[in-house]
Amino acid sequence: MSHTNKKYWYPYVSPYDPCKPITVKSYPTPPQLYMGFQPPNLAQFETPKQALFHGTLWPALYSKYDKRGDET
Amino acid sequence: MWYYEKKLQYPVKVRECNPRLAKYLIEQYGGADGELSAALRYLNQRYTIPGKVIGLLNDIGTEEFAHLEMIATMVYKLTKDASPEQLKEAGLAPHYVNHDGALFYHNSAGNPWTAEYIQAKGDPIADIYEDIAAEEKARATYQWIINVSDDPELNDSLRFLREREIVHSQRFREAVEILKEERDKKTIF
Ligand SMILES: [Fe+2]
Repeated sequence: MSHTNKKYWYPYVSPYDPCKPITVKSYPTPPQLYMGFQPPNLAQFETPKQALFHGTLWPALYSKYDKRGDET
Repeated sequence: MWYYEKKLQYPVKVRECNPRLAKYLIEQYGGADGELSAALRYLNQRYTIPGKVIGLLNDIGTEEFAHLEMIATMVYKLTKDASPEQLKEAGLAPHYVNHDGALFYHNSAGNPWTAEYIQAKGDPIADIYEDIAAEEKARATYQWIINVSDDPELNDSLRFLREREIVHSQRFREAVEILKEERDKKTIF
């Protein structure tokens, strides 16, 4: 079961908001929120170099973070 | 805005004049994990948290002010009409020379309340986790105060307050579940 790394919400917009309202906002929900105890024998990155660059051995624990505005 | 009810959330009875106990209790008044910190933390975080949990922060933040009043009542009753001599014996001479019998927002050790006790990171998960931690720390503080108090009536009120921390913690944990939920999945952006 995989979870999204980000959630969206739609803040209330008042007719009197002086700054241009942002109608959709997001917040990160990284994988450690969902994993509980890490299951044994979790799949690892294919190469040590990949693991090193990701900061974790396990893709399931990797949380991609994009600069706000660079979101896809 | 708020409506005010001129009564306490739960009755406060104090058996004897006991400034030393007041000195311990003040931890929950102006201490890091006290009721003032709790109320201000939650009511401030409300503004930038997703809509589904604003109401929770509003309600719990408001209840914390009701707890603050209970603690104030306890401290007041424990020290009311105590002589400077009695306050001195209880280690409250520094408080006395600065405040007479007035209450003040500081902890047991006399350190004034500071906004550094609370946080608003703006990240909903980080904020709610801070709130859960704060509730558990407040619960622990009530335990340790009950341990050093031999006033059965006061302890009854403290047990009520300890239980409320447990309920609040549960509600915040539910808030995390709400924030984790896969909903409003965006298909177009
Ligand atoms: Fe609380």
